[in-house]
Amino acid sequence: MEKWFSLVLFRFPIFVAIMTQHKNLSNLRRTLRDFFIASKEEQDGTLNDRIGGLRRYVNKIKPNFVEGGRFAWLQSTFEAFESFLFVPDETTKQGCQIRDAIDLKRTMIIVVMALMPALLFGIWNIGYQHYLAIGETVSFWYMLGFGLTKVLPVIVVSYVTGLAIEFAFAQIRHHQVNEGFLVTGMLIPLVLPPDIPLWMVAVATAFAVLIGKEAFGGTGMNLVNPALLARAFLFFAYPSVMSGDKVWIADQPDAFTGATPLGILANGGTELPSAWTMIWGGIPGSMGETSIIAIALGAILLLFTGIASWRIMLSVIAGGIGMGLVFNAIGANSYMQLPFYYHLIMGGFAFGAVFMATDPVTAPQTNTGKWIYGLLIGIFAVMLRVLNSAYAEGMMLAILLMNCFAPLIDHCVIARNIKMRQRRALAHHKTAKQ
Amino acid sequence: MANPKKLLIEPLRKTNPVTVLVLGICSCLAVTAQLKPALVMGASVTVVTALSNFIISLLRKGIPSRIRIIVQLVVVATLVILIDQFLKAFAYDVSKQLSVYVGLIITNCIIMGRLEAFALSHEPWESFLDGLGNGLGYSLILIIVAFFRELFGSGTLLGYQVIPQSFYEAGYQNNGLMILPPMALIVVGIIIWIQRTRNPEMQENNQK
Repeated sequence: MEKWFSLVLFRFPIFVAIMTQHKNLSNLRRTLRDFFIASKEEQDGTLNDRIGGLRRYVNKIKPNFVEGGRFAWLQSTFEAFESFLFVPDETTKQGCQIRDAIDLKRTMIIVVMALMPALLFGIWNIGYQHYLAIGETVSFWYMLGFGLTKVLPVIVVSYVTGLAIEFAFAQIRHHQVNEGFLVTGMLIPLVLPPDIPLWMVAVATAFAVLIGKEAFGGTGMNLVNPALLARAFLFFAYPSVMSGDKVWIADQPDAFTGATPLGILANGGTELPSAWTMIWGGIPGSMGETSIIAIALGAILLLFTGIASWRIMLSVIAGGIGMGLVFNAIGANSYMQLPFYYHLIMGGFAFGAVFMATDPVTAPQTNTGKWIYGLLIGIFAVMLRVLNSAYAEGMMLAILLMNCFAPLIDHCVIARNIKMRQRRALAHHKTAKQ
Repeated sequence: MANPKKLLIEPLRKTNPVTVLVLGICSCLAVTAQLKPALVMGASVTVVTALSNFIISLLRKGIPSRIRIIVQLVVVATLVILIDQFLKAFAYDVSKQLSVYVGLIITNCIIMGRLEAFALSHEPWESFLDGLGNGLGYSLILIIVAFFRELFGSGTLLGYQVIPQSFYEAGYQNNGLMILPPMALIVVGIIIWIQRTRNPEMQENNQK
């Protein structure tokens, strides 16, 4: 079992990469030998016999991939697979930095796990909405199967495109391949409508990874959330597949209007699904955003493991409620009179608050900054929805806007703190003199 | 006298006014949604930079330093009005498309920049070549940006349908973002990225 695991996950992709490089046969034979057979030192038996087979195998071929080895140019790729399989044993050698018990890869995997309820519900809901629209009653598994045929290709395209670019850049720049894209690649399908053409997904993913991330220096350096950037790209580049009332249900019959609650409201309608339906999620919408319950399950995992900031989640919701209440108080039209809590359960508000706004890279780092950032996201999201009917969903634009302001918020918070402490120190100094 | 070939060619590459000096960005965003206006705009700016550089260089010893900006503006404005009238007479459609941007050539930083930095301290012929080179460097970037924006934004080049109808039938769509000004900025950014990656000596050393 372990052997197969190693073959598929580890040996095969690198093997394919090398096969394409060597046309000369004798060259190839030497390559193969170096690749699969251990170096001299390793054969001497310096390895601990008790460590597992896969670990031993990885250790065995490792010398070929480090500096000076035969495949030094594949170093990043090797490193990526190695640290994907095993937690790296490197520790900080000097200084007094406090390191967390888990590394970036393990963190990202937990976020992917937190997305699973929303993903699974989304898959089922695509089937449910489709068969509801064409008026057929089918079993649970049919709905799930239909949804899978829609969701899986999008996930595959998003992962393949994004990871190909990530690996290529890591290789060129001699960086490590980071697993940030495992999350981005899962987020992108979840914020898109089910009938999105696959080539558009590929173009948008490439744009988001290249312009949103690599141009700024790769994982951890990006200014805006790449998954939202991909969505924004599609929204402005191909509005016909990203808005309106024809795109939110897969293979929708022409006579059927499948408007999302936000779409209905933006067009001046008032006939909304019941609040309970919107909470459990049986409504048309982006693949993973409809069910508040599924998102809440993910939120619990993120908060329990301490990966997402509760300050941001709470303040986004508070901002949304606050702005909703302000509009209720004004009450100039039917959209403004909508009960404030509706804003939290419609569209991408919950999904954005839990998975997008809390992205540790693009959110402010200071705690005060997180409160300001979250509140403004909530306020802007509701404001855009109600006041600008051209953009039915304000959450995406609100988060992207605040992403851009996050560094400024941090700067102001820190500057204020420094000034405060300076003043305090000065006052202390004066009293000490007297 | 500096190498005349260098004066003409360098602004196309390593001292490009748009991608290296990052001047003239505003008009670069405004007129590049299609290739034709970009070509006309590029030609107009080239003529204005070359001639204004030449004229100011001729006058450079007689201009009092305190009023030199006003003198430069008079020369540039005269040339721009001539160009504007010329376009209205012989290329009315494009002139309408470019609207105020022809008049706004006066405010193009490249022109004032070259006058201040080069024409005031060089011989007329050198200045003329420098203006010509910088105008061409600007046009080059304009044309590259407009090429991609028109191709992917409208599926046409110079107004002719380039992307075949069968693509559209197979599900291809024009990219609406390409028509919007932000994409011009992104395309210029990508050009700068590629240029700097290919010429590592152009990268500033940011290590502190």
